[in-house]
Amino acid sequence: MNIMDILVTHGPALLVAIPLLGAFLTPLISKVNDKVRNLFVICTIGITGIILLLVAQQVFDSGPITYVFGSNLNMVQKDTVIRILFEIDALSIFMAFISIILAFAASIYSWGFLGKETGQDKYYTLLLLMTTGMLGMVLTGDLFNFFVFIEITSIASAALIAFWTNKVKAVEAGFKYIFVSTIGALFILFALALLYGQYDALNIAKLADNITFSYLDKIALILFISALAMKGGIVPMHMWLPDAYGRAPASVSLVLVGATQASLYGVFRVLFTLYGNVITLPQISFGWILILLGLLTMLVGVIMAMIQTEFKRLIAYGAVAELGYMFLGVGTGLTIIANPDVALSAAPFAFEAMKGGIFHIINDALDVGLLFMVAGAVYYATKETSLNNLGGLARNMKYTTIFFIIGLFAISGLPPMNGFASKLLIYESTYQLNPILSIIAILSSIMLLAVFVKIFQSVFLGPKMKKFEHVTEAPKSMLLAMGIIAAIIIFFGLFPDLIITHLVEPAANALIHPEQYLQWLTGGI
Amino acid sequence: MISLDQLFNTFDTGNGFWNPLLWVIAFVVIFLILYIIIGMGNNAYKKGTSQTQAFLSGNPESEKEAMHVKSSNLYWGWTESMKWIIDALKSMHTGNVGDYILWFVVFMGVLLLFVGLI
Repeated sequence: MNIMDILVTHGPALLVAIPLLGAFLTPLISKVNDKVRNLFVICTIGITGIILLLVAQQVFDSGPITYVFGSNLNMVQKDTVIRILFEIDALSIFMAFISIILAFAASIYSWGFLGKETGQDKYYTLLLLMTTGMLGMVLTGDLFNFFVFIEITSIASAALIAFWTNKVKAVEAGFKYIFVSTIGALFILFALALLYGQYDALNIAKLADNITFSYLDKIALILFISALAMKGGIVPMHMWLPDAYGRAPASVSLVLVGATQASLYGVFRVLFTLYGNVITLPQISFGWILILLGLLTMLVGVIMAMIQTEFKRLIAYGAVAELGYMFLGVGTGLTIIANPDVALSAAPFAFEAMKGGIFHIINDALDVGLLFMVAGAVYYATKETSLNNLGGLARNMKYTTIFFIIGLFAISGLPPMNGFASKLLIYESTYQLNPILSIIAILSSIMLLAVFVKIFQSVFLGPKMKKFEHVTEAPKSMLLAMGIIAAIIIFFGLFPDLIITHLVEPAANALIHPEQYLQWLTGGI
Repeated sequence: MISLDQLFNTFDTGNGFWNPLLWVIAFVVIFLILYIIIGMGNNAYKKGTSQTQAFLSGNPESEKEAMHVKSSNLYWGWTESMKWIIDALKSMHTGNVGDYILWFVVFMGVLLLFVGLI
């Protein structure tokens, strides 16, 4: 077996093992040299990305992969799955891509952004641990494993949010995050205990095959949805998000976007796979719950963003509003699938709505991520966070301004950026279900545009200010990281069909066809 | 391997289509036309004369830096007209982590009601 075969065969395990091992090695390498350590971290995430590409190739060619830890032998005993396994389908690959892209950009960005800070060995260790946690969350096929990876992500995230320990508000935000995350994780633990008590299993496929939607199953579902939605920043449980995103270093806010979306992945995985056999029953209408939450999240997020005067806090509320689009798209898809008779004319648009919702996950990660990096660059150059104290920076920071404009276009859903393609799918499909839904979605987009125009006017336009006369452009590593994300945004915007066909459609298919996920169980090992 | 055909494929949205490349080309063409129209305008601008000073009802012009419209002053009218909802939302965002958990409990309660368990 050559090295390539090993990489392909054990790819799923390596996707988590490499960043985890990298995290443990980082403090040691820090002792050698800071630059070597930074390069090591970038390479570790880069190699993980290459392995992800190999695994993705396998998944897209031959369907979901099941990777069993230990041995494949005697895996099911007395009708119980006794081993831990990773189950990777197209949705897992899609989410893992988001995590890797964000972590990779953050590792490059951090080189310049935190270049003068102390405690970087701890910072990079935590960054790799956070990446490990996010990847584990989206790859695992075991509920208890999912809980463990949530905890890894939460602990690493909280420590990173409070990275600037000399700032009281950063420490407070870190505390709030770990508090909220721990409560959420405990409810997830409670929910999986309810399922384990009934079905003697923690394996997602096994549980999905057995679930009957009993009284306890319903309680478990509500606990899962509530806890994961809170970790995902859905209104009215979003309040921790502006605190955390706003106070964390910009590079951390960038990766936090991925962590938040990994929680939303959890919501979709629970609804469509774990409860996939029962959730489409017409009498339940979970699709409408997602739609209502989506609308509420959009409106509250955008209205709160409009009145903010702190740069990153404003972007954070914008990010909350963007989360609503994902719920709206996926919720519309679920509603139509569950009620084909009620929404007969909209039936052909169920898949389009799902595609729009899922495509928007990656678009949101890229757009919000880029804007956070721009906010970080402005802070790095001026040490200012208040929009009221900024102005005229387009004269000093030309490249950063261009990146902001790209982010502004993308997040507001203006053509030809990526956000337009996903929002167009959402507008059209929601219109088929109920025109009011798409009107609210379009209105929110217009308000989002106004919000980000406000930043553009306050920060970049206006006369040159005396206090910013000596401000220079951000370091090259930060520009490179912003450039990478901006390039992906433009590419996704110019070639949406390519991305939808090769990345989004398989992910949407994986959601609405849970039987693929259960194939290894029902078809034998 | 991805072919050029696949790369430039028009994206079918189910109800219509979207081809960003065509849009970019159209945008460039419109920009060129506008640029030509602007070029045909009256070139009477004289830099450094009173022509370039802002007219503020006869009042003297403040320093450039002081003229910059601050973030808090933007969308003032909108903020005033939406005051009722903004105040309600502000009172919801207390910054107290106990309240964050309270909202979580309320949310769970509403979901339990919805599913018909309580």
